[in-house]
Amino acid sequence: MRLDVKKTYKLFIAGKFPRSESGRSYQVKDSKSKHVANVALASRKDVRDAVQAARAAQPGWASASAYNRGQVLYRIAEMLEGRREQFVSEIASLTGKTAKQADAEVSAAIDSWVWHAGWTDKIDSVAGSMNPVAGPYFNISTNQPTGVVGALAPQDSALVGFVNTIAPAIVSGNTVVVVTSEKLSLPALTLGEVLATSDLPGGVVNILSGKESELSSWLVGHMDVNAVDLEGTSNATELEITAADTVKRVIRAGTYPRTGAKGNLQHILDLMEVKTVWHPKGH
Amino acid sequence: MFDYAPAPEAKLASFEKSYGHFIAGKFTKPANLYPTINPATEEVLAEISHGTAKDVDLAVKSARAAYEKVWSKLSGAERGKYLYRIARIMQERARELAVAETLNNGKPIKETRDFDVPTAVSWFFYYAGWADKLDHAGLGPNPQALGVAAQVVPWNFPLMMLSWKIAPALSAGNTVVLKPSETTPLTALLFAEICQQAELPEGVVNIVTGFGDTGAALVGHKDVNKVAFTGSTEVGKIIAKQVAGSNKKVTLELGGKAANIVFDDAPIDQAVEGVVNGIFFNQGHVCCAGSRLLVQESIHDEFIKKLKRRMSTLRLGDPMDKNTDVGAINSADQLAKIKKLVKKGVSEGGELWQPECKIPRNGFWFAPAIVDNVSPANTVAREEIFGPVLSVITFRTPAEAVTKANNTEYGLSAGIWTEKGAKMLKLADQLNAGVIWSNTFNQFDPTSPFGGFKESGYGREGGRQGLLSYLKAGK
Amino acid sequence: MQAETIVGSRITNQSLRRWLHSLPGVDKVGLEARAASLATRSIKTTSKAWGLDMAIRMMDLTTLEGMDTPERVESLCQKAITPDMADPECPSPAAICVYGDMVPYAKAALGKSKIFVAAVATAFPSGRSSMKVKLQDTKDAVAFGADEIDMVIDRGAFLSGNYLEVFKQIQAIKLACQRPKGKPAHLKVILETGELQTYDNIRRASYLAMLAGADFIKTSTGKVSVNATLPITLLMLEAVRDWYDETGELIGVKPAGGIRTAKDALRYLVVVKEIAGERWLTPELFRFGASSLLNDVLMQRKKLLTKTYSGPDYISVD
Repeated sequence: MRLDVKKTYKLFIAGKFPRSESGRSYQVKDSKSKHVANVALASRKDVRDAVQAARAAQPGWASASAYNRGQVLYRIAEMLEGRREQFVSEIASLTGKTAKQADAEVSAAIDSWVWHAGWTDKIDSVAGSMNPVAGPYFNISTNQPTGVVGALAPQDSALVGFVNTIAPAIVSGNTVVVVTSEKLSLPALTLGEVLATSDLPGGVVNILSGKESELSSWLVGHMDVNAVDLEGTSNATELEITAADTVKRVIRAGTYPRTGAKGNLQHILDLMEVKTVWHPKGH
Repeated sequence: MFDYAPAPEAKLASFEKSYGHFIAGKFTKPANLYPTINPATEEVLAEISHGTAKDVDLAVKSARAAYEKVWSKLSGAERGKYLYRIARIMQERARELAVAETLNNGKPIKETRDFDVPTAVSWFFYYAGWADKLDHAGLGPNPQALGVAAQVVPWNFPLMMLSWKIAPALSAGNTVVLKPSETTPLTALLFAEICQQAELPEGVVNIVTGFGDTGAALVGHKDVNKVAFTGSTEVGKIIAKQVAGSNKKVTLELGGKAANIVFDDAPIDQAVEGVVNGIFFNQGHVCCAGSRLLVQESIHDEFIKKLKRRMSTLRLGDPMDKNTDVGAINSADQLAKIKKLVKKGVSEGGELWQPECKIPRNGFWFAPAIVDNVSPANTVAREEIFGPVLSVITFRTPAEAVTKANNTEYGLSAGIWTEKGAKMLKLADQLNAGVIWSNTFNQFDPTSPFGGFKESGYGREGGRQGLLSYLKAGK
Repeated sequence: MQAETIVGSRITNQSLRRWLHSLPGVDKVGLEARAASLATRSIKTTSKAWGLDMAIRMMDLTTLEGMDTPERVESLCQKAITPDMADPECPSPAAICVYGDMVPYAKAALGKSKIFVAAVATAFPSGRSSMKVKLQDTKDAVAFGADEIDMVIDRGAFLSGNYLEVFKQIQAIKLACQRPKGKPAHLKVILETGELQTYDNIRRASYLAMLAGADFIKTSTGKVSVNATLPITLLMLEAVRDWYDETGELIGVKPAGGIRTAKDALRYLVVVKEIAGERWLTPELFRFGASSLLNDVLMQRKKLLTKTYSGPDYISVD
């Protein structure tokens, strides 16, 4: 009989896999309440470190060409496809879904990466504009990423909901700090390994497993976060009030469905800013 | 002293002895063969089938069947994934494709490696991402494909032109029959292999090789819904007449005689580079080449001096050498045309200057040339030469530059060199060309629509606009 | 040629400003694209061998550390005299570059060899000191026998538009390079391009330095985060080329700092050849300010001779 070498699940910050600085962990159980793993329990200091990493990575990611970002997101899909079995088994084990259902969820997650990858170099063609102002001026509106996004992934989705939370943020050049589902955190943490092998620069996505109730006010209140996605919280109104202190852009819980094989253009645009530039024309 | 020494690229491409057409996912038996050569050495690379009307008919039938039974039934997301696969395989085989293109076309390996192939790949990546987003193309929700597209591409950027045609067509849900130019069929045939490797459903892409008559049969076939042509204005007009009265949608990307306008407040060294790039890149075999230099009179002498000095560092020679800048002229025919026009230009008063180049014994070669002192009334100011020949004309004011630049039946591109933003933007408004490059030239990107005004054609390739000619509004 | 003749009027801050700002602008994207395109040149076999040897002969082998000692300087000089013990055919660098107070040790160690001694001066690297101190710094090095002086321009003055101040300082240091007996030290003027930041500034500073009497224009001190780059060097080579056309004066270019590999060095030689011309492919008109570059070039040189990849154990440290 051969003994398995079991995986230690750690956080994903700045492209590396640290344990929580608090040294704490919590138990993740499967759908039959059997112990699966002890997972890092992130603290407010991990939130602080993750936001720092996200901010440091943001200018580089935003200034990569849209073509390059699209290639990276497509690579994530390639890597995920290559490791689908592991995800299928984690999802089935934690949620009690059948293998077939779990398989469908992994396919949706992969296809959603592909859908997002195709948007990087099209956003401005669809949502930008040359504006015909009444004067001898060149006037153009483009969409720029807002910066650092703090996101609370849905509690009830092991993988596809998580993907549909981080992909819309990073497609345009934002970086993200995301708190995973508390009970279903394993596939999200394993996805960190996929991200780390996909040419995604460190710090673009930072993954914190733990209690949303403990972490969300720190993340949402952090003054160096530009936008927040409140999908996975039970405390949405409080958090929206906190966000207002620094006029953060807010995506309220329930705004966008998260279980499909594609995302939503409006979700992407919610995390961008329109910039309009004028220049006279004349010789 | 420091002459770089020969730096040959490895011969990474190999060809079959002969090729048939690519129809319904398979290669047909080679028949009706003619040789395709390397224009730098005149050696035969392979034998190619000269497509007959019957071959064309088979290809269109296969495209139609694939459209009805398979391609129109796939979701956009699935179509997109096929295109992503094709893009990836092209990336994997990029060096091989670059070598094949250089051998068959005569252009330098530096260009095929760094420009032709990467650009072709990027077009597939870009349009792969549109396939499941057609609701945003600008025609309202759920737009429909047209059906079967007949596509004819030229010899100057064979693989790249193929990608400009096939990627948007497939993304929008059409199936295609493509005819490459008779002198440069090889990368299209390698592309057919790539379609097989990508497991593209049979008949979605069909390649029929041959000459002008093959193309005419394809364009004229009654079961084709859309015609896309890139090539000479002369043939473009024939095609437009051929499809008149039919239901076929048509787009044409034809010739040009672009003005590259250099003002006295231009960033001069970069302008010299841009002018050189504009006309000598790809041996001037570029529809949007900056073949007319419109230089402000006050800086004419200084500019021409710098231009000549820069041209003296152009390296003409073996296209497979990594340091070659100027490769071979694509065919004996084209070389004869260029020589004839340059002779005319000189006879009309132009001053010809060419740097000293060592011309290889075999193959078709023309050293980069300036014809200075050209007037707007001269032949070389008006007629497209499609070779490495720059006609130099002067102007005094912005308004005069605009008049001279627009004084042509063509309207594909134009270049504006000035550091003054307001002047540049106003000129961009006034120049009648589909692509305006300011302080740069010959920039291409799959996100950026490309196409001409007037007799340079109609329709755009690239960008969201590039999809429109392959779609119609949904019900 | 007289500065007044070139500028076309008396030298004042205003006339310098008008003259410098009338130079054609530099398009950043175009310049960088040209440098990137030249960087794709493939240098092989005989040309590579020639290039590697020339790169060594163009080197100002440098040590500019606070912790330099006479022994350190002597050791570097020995390395310059015999770069590769296994190959007596190996050429030597053009010069050793040290702080002014190390010049006597360098001169003693180099003895009768033809290798020059270049000294940095004028409160290198910042240049933030009184003119009195900067002049004395220079005079001391010249008196110690330095063959070449690498001075820094006053970037503060330049960036605040005080071109006349920058001009006068260079002129004064050039005078301080004179010797009562013997050749004057030749003057390299360091622009510190990393602090000037824009290509337009670099072009203007190049012209200002040449107007004021520079024998060489040099990119950097090597002590800031951005030192020599291919586009910056390309731009400076355009400046010396056009200066020669306009005045008949031949001025050299020295990129310094950040050039670490033989591959880099060969790229610079390509740029020299295709931008300024083969005339500049000589240590008289082009130098590399470098330290670790030498060993990488030596390893590449060995590879060409032995046809196997070399390793650091086979090349002496300096």
